[in-house]
Amino acid sequence: MKHPVGYSAKPGLRATEYLPWVVALAAFFVLPDYLALGARILTYILFALSLDLIVGYAGIVTLGHAAFFGSGAYIAGVLSAKLGVNDPMLQLAAAGAGAGLLGLATGAVILRTRALAQLMLTLAIAALCLEVANKANSITGGADGLSGVTIAPILGLFKFDLYGKTAYLWCLASLLIGWWLVRRLVYSPFGASLTGIRDNSVRMQAIGAPVYLRLLLVYTFSALLAGVAGALLTQANQFVGLNVLGFEPSGELLVMLILGGVGRMYGAFVGPIVYLIAQDYLAKQFPEYWYFGIGLMLVLVVLFARGGLLGIVDAALARLRRKA
Amino acid sequence: MNAALETRALCKRFGALTVAEKINFRLEPGARHALIGPNGAGKTTFVNLLTGRLAPSSGQVLLAGVDITRLDAARRVKRGLGRTFQINTLFRNMSVLDNVALGVAERIGVAGGFWRPAARHAEVRDEAMALLASVGIADEAAREVNGLPYGKQRLVEIAIALGLKPKVLLLDEPAAGVPSLESERILEALAQLPTEMAILIIEHDMDLVFRFAARITVLVQGEVLCEGTPAEIGADPRVREVYLGERHV
Repeated sequence: MKHPVGYSAKPGLRATEYLPWVVALAAFFVLPDYLALGARILTYILFALSLDLIVGYAGIVTLGHAAFFGSGAYIAGVLSAKLGVNDPMLQLAAAGAGAGLLGLATGAVILRTRALAQLMLTLAIAALCLEVANKANSITGGADGLSGVTIAPILGLFKFDLYGKTAYLWCLASLLIGWWLVRRLVYSPFGASLTGIRDNSVRMQAIGAPVYLRLLLVYTFSALLAGVAGALLTQANQFVGLNVLGFEPSGELLVMLILGGVGRMYGAFVGPIVYLIAQDYLAKQFPEYWYFGIGLMLVLVVLFARGGLLGIVDAALARLRRKA
Repeated sequence: MNAALETRALCKRFGALTVAEKINFRLEPGARHALIGPNGAGKTTFVNLLTGRLAPSSGQVLLAGVDITRLDAARRVKRGLGRTFQINTLFRNMSVLDNVALGVAERIGVAGGFWRPAARHAEVRDEAMALLASVGIADEAAREVNGLPYGKQRLVEIAIALGLKPKVLLLDEPAAGVPSLESERILEALAQLPTEMAILIIEHDMDLVFRFAARITVLVQGEVLCEGTPAEIGADPRVREVYLGERHV
């Protein structure tokens, strides 16, 4: 399902692209007991989508994307718990703007470097954010986390209920908008130029493209999306802990994306779904070594399916077509 | 009249190693000019100084009389300085059409758009197709560049550069690595370039140089040895000694 982007692509929606939304709606009705997990998955899909944009399309390497996710999560949390701003839309807007600004500021530095140096810088920035949240006890709650987050009804109409129905649909609607924006961007000339920068940045400069500016723009947008995803997680959980920041969630997200398939947009859907469901299941069945199952899955994918799980689907479909 | 491209006392040193020594060079408007020299003469370094991939240690680069020494590579392209690369520098996993379309989109200023799908920019697609047709590879538009024979990849290189509508075009060994039969097609493509475009070609294939260029500059160890018409250069004993002598006894 890896389709070319750019000037040769067919930009119209394909039938399979409706599938995630049908599944998500069906899950809402069929699995009412799993809506909390569902909302978590939806936020991680948005988070993974933001990562795919910079890693998969623009070729920026990062192990610190949680800096934006986490700052978005804390912005929403602090707004509610400390400042009494409980409107969910306002929180998302503030989280997106805050994380986007952080992306702009840090991107201006890290995008001047490449490869390993870039990786190290992103890691350092994520670690810094984690330490700031850890030390700023009075604002963030430090290691205890930030509780007392309350979310006002959406538009004053839809209350966040105990069963997580509203939260799930709220996350789903936000993801839908985020996905739509990402999709527009990927198929646009801007998206095509990102792919060009990933493939060959020297040539992009030689055709007159402002490479640094483009990268900075997409990095900022990606940070904004990640920030919104983080705020959604805060709203769904009505709690923020330090586990949204630092290296671990950044690495975990990258694992999800690789699992699903990098640079193909829907890898960002498949990865978090498989990873978080496996985590949920394995943690219940084998609480002591559930990470082993995740590790095994990743090793198998990296060894045998470089395109991730979606890559396997691609290969299988191609095979079927050849037989038919 | 201003030269299309000019350098004044251009120098480049890497530590103690001098790779460009006070190069004064003029490329006239509409010129068909070749730069030759033995391996390691600093030809590619000179091109990189002209295009802005390298910053000179001292000296100036002027494009149509305007000092562009301090502009980066992308800004020089915007001012009309295009180039091709010695080693294919293509977008390997993209279609041939996209390779050319990316450059066309940059030139006409739609490449930063993030809403309307790229594929619906008919003006970009049409122009890219026309460019591919002009170098004779329109049939390959939908193919991935990776799967293309090497000679045709060289033609894609040229089509990309032409899409920028440069006033000055630098061709860094356009026929490098191409079998002689196919280099004929490259020469054909070059012969059709608009006459008002000033062209500097760096090439090892002497046959191609002498057929294409009206003027030749010889570079040896980072310095200009001499400049003249093909006949003058061919007859110059110094050139024979340092360069041609190695090949044409």
